[in-house]
Amino acid sequence: MPIQYYIFFCLTLFSIGVVGVLTRRNAIIVFMCIELMLNAVNLLLVAFSKMYYGLATQNGVANTVGIDAQIFVFFIMVVAAAEVSIGLAIIVMMYRNTHSIDINFLNRLKN
Amino acid sequence: MALMKILIAFIILWPLAGFLFNGLGRNYWSKKVIAYKATGYILASFIASIFAFIQVQANGAVSVHYFDFINTATLKIPFDFKVDALSSLFLLVITGVGTLIHLYSTAYMKDETAPHYARYFSYLNLFIFSMLVLVLGDNYVVMFIGWEGVGLCSYLLIGYWFTNGNYNYAAKKAFIMNRIGDLGFLLAIFWLIAKLGAVSYSEVLTAESLAKLSSADITGITLLLFVGAMGKSAQIPLFTWLPDAMAGPTPVSALIHAATMVTAGIYMITRSNILFSHSAITQNLMAIIGISTALLAATIAIKQNDIKKVLAYSTVSQLGYMFLGLGVGAYSGAVFHVITHAFFKALLFLGAGSVIHAMHHEQDIRKMGGLKSKLPITHLTFLIGCIAIAGVPPFSGFFSKDEILAAAFAKSPIYWVLGLIGAAMTAFYMFRLYTTTFLGKFRGTADQEHHLHESPVAMTLPLVLLAIASAIAGAIGIPEMMGGHHWLSHQLIPIVGEPVELGLSHSMEWILMAISVSIALIALFLAISIYTKRTDDVPKSFLGRFFFQKWYLDELYNEAIVLPLNRFAGFLKNVIEKQVIDGAVNGTGKLVQYSARKVRLIQNGQVGYYILFMVIGIILLFVFWFNDLNILRFLNNLNQH
Repeated sequence: MPIQYYIFFCLTLFSIGVVGVLTRRNAIIVFMCIELMLNAVNLLLVAFSKMYYGLATQNGVANTVGIDAQIFVFFIMVVAAAEVSIGLAIIVMMYRNTHSIDINFLNRLKN
Repeated sequence: MALMKILIAFIILWPLAGFLFNGLGRNYWSKKVIAYKATGYILASFIASIFAFIQVQANGAVSVHYFDFINTATLKIPFDFKVDALSSLFLLVITGVGTLIHLYSTAYMKDETAPHYARYFSYLNLFIFSMLVLVLGDNYVVMFIGWEGVGLCSYLLIGYWFTNGNYNYAAKKAFIMNRIGDLGFLLAIFWLIAKLGAVSYSEVLTAESLAKLSSADITGITLLLFVGAMGKSAQIPLFTWLPDAMAGPTPVSALIHAATMVTAGIYMITRSNILFSHSAITQNLMAIIGISTALLAATIAIKQNDIKKVLAYSTVSQLGYMFLGLGVGAYSGAVFHVITHAFFKALLFLGAGSVIHAMHHEQDIRKMGGLKSKLPITHLTFLIGCIAIAGVPPFSGFFSKDEILAAAFAKSPIYWVLGLIGAAMTAFYMFRLYTTTFLGKFRGTADQEHHLHESPVAMTLPLVLLAIASAIAGAIGIPEMMGGHHWLSHQLIPIVGEPVELGLSHSMEWILMAISVSIALIALFLAISIYTKRTDDVPKSFLGRFFFQKWYLDELYNEAIVLPLNRFAGFLKNVIEKQVIDGAVNGTGKLVQYSARKVRLIQNGQVGYYILFMVIGIILLFVFWFNDLNILRFLNNLNQH
């Protein structure tokens, strides 16, 4: 499959994430949209990684080309997992305090 | 050599020590200690000066090097002192007259409180120090240091009674007018450095240096030096500060504004006489300005009623004579007049101080009269001073003034005629002053008459010594036709060269002398006969008022220079400063505050908005930075695979 397909697919996913973050007020959904953006990036990284690996093997260069991108993806997934745990904890605390998970209530620092 | 180095250091460090001692210890010492130390230090300096003078007589001029004031690759200005015939004479006059005036001051200023008494003497000591640096300096820069120092001390002492606003105004006037002259002097020094790269007398005042300077250079430099001398020595157009400087204590007027500081200009020009002799333009200008100043000041002096003002204008007038002498090339004559003038004018001022002291700070001569019997010593010494300045033989003023007049006659009889008119006026206003003050009957209040008393010995002793000096100082310059051999002009040969042959026969000189003496005597007796009968009120005739109001020169300067400058300064302050500069600064602040008020509204606490702006920012970044070209190139690269 040409790489363009991956690019436009990831672009779509990322845009959905951005629009979700911007428009939704439910903290869980905002959170999910952030995950969507992260995963869009992950997917793109893997796609480019495969593409450069394929090119390198065709030209008979090294067979480790593109491996760093895949390692990077795992890092992102680990960081995302950690972030999820903290984020969910924040949401729980928020619910306990305000009995709502609407992010528009989170403007107490204003003024 | 080494001995000389110590001796010269001795001369100038004593007054400096006195300045530090009195200045720093003004709150600790009693008035007695202050007076003894201040006078004693100057006396020590005087004694050292006598040794230096003897040394110069025996071994000739000496120049000693202390350290380098400025030392760069292209310019080297050493801090050198030089004692030669000229500077050793000035040393004696400055420290000698200085000692007497310090002694006099101890009594004259006795009503001051101790801290102010100390302040007065510390300024006076600092003045002597600066004046010694001025005359001892071996190059123009060191001279300039002293030159500025005496200007500062003059300012401080004129404004000594600083609670009086008018006195402060007079002090400022003196300082600012001197600054105008100083600028000329400074520019002349820069000119010398630019053309010759040297400022030492031994390098500048030589035939080789003169060969390097074009005649335009010499004229420019000498004119600028002359501007410097004009300021310090009170010549037209910068003389109006000197009469106002009488705001200071009377001994200060005697020391600074009559005997020493105001002659610094004459000293400087005599020192640079080689340059001046090569510029006929400057010489003619000097002679013209000198004689005009002499006449203008004399006309004003005739109509003044303040005892110190008469003497002040008389000083301006006598300084004019000295410049006339310099202008016609009679350098030794000018120096001669400086020396004799230092004696008799210091004497007259101190005498005036004694009168003012006796009259309880009354300075108006119309309220005096008949003081002859009450103040016998003051009267006698003052009379000697008046005779000396009027040019009656054999008192000192006669010889020095006559030497200048003879040289003026040789140059141009017009100068001589004008000089003669000035001499007649000198005799007239001095004896008008003398008659009104000492003869006739007392016109003051009964209370004043009751308190009239002769001054204490500390004041009369300087008067007597100065009177003796005024009477006999002419002996150092008795002309050859009278059988003398003019010791002074022989002394000054190393500095000003051989005396110029005037080309006048002895009989001619006798005639000139007889004319000037008889005119002075006529004016003298005329003044006595007029003013024993009456005193001057505010003059009614146009010319009288014109002279009484000092030719309206102060008013003219006010209108022509001070007011326009003030208006210009006001324009700068009110328009440029307040509107343009402050406007720009305040405008910047206002712009920032205004935009901050507007932009602040964006920060509304809604996380969604922040993210929205972030996204918009990223998109803009893509548009402008990762612009279409970059993105297209990226996509093309992909297509190639």
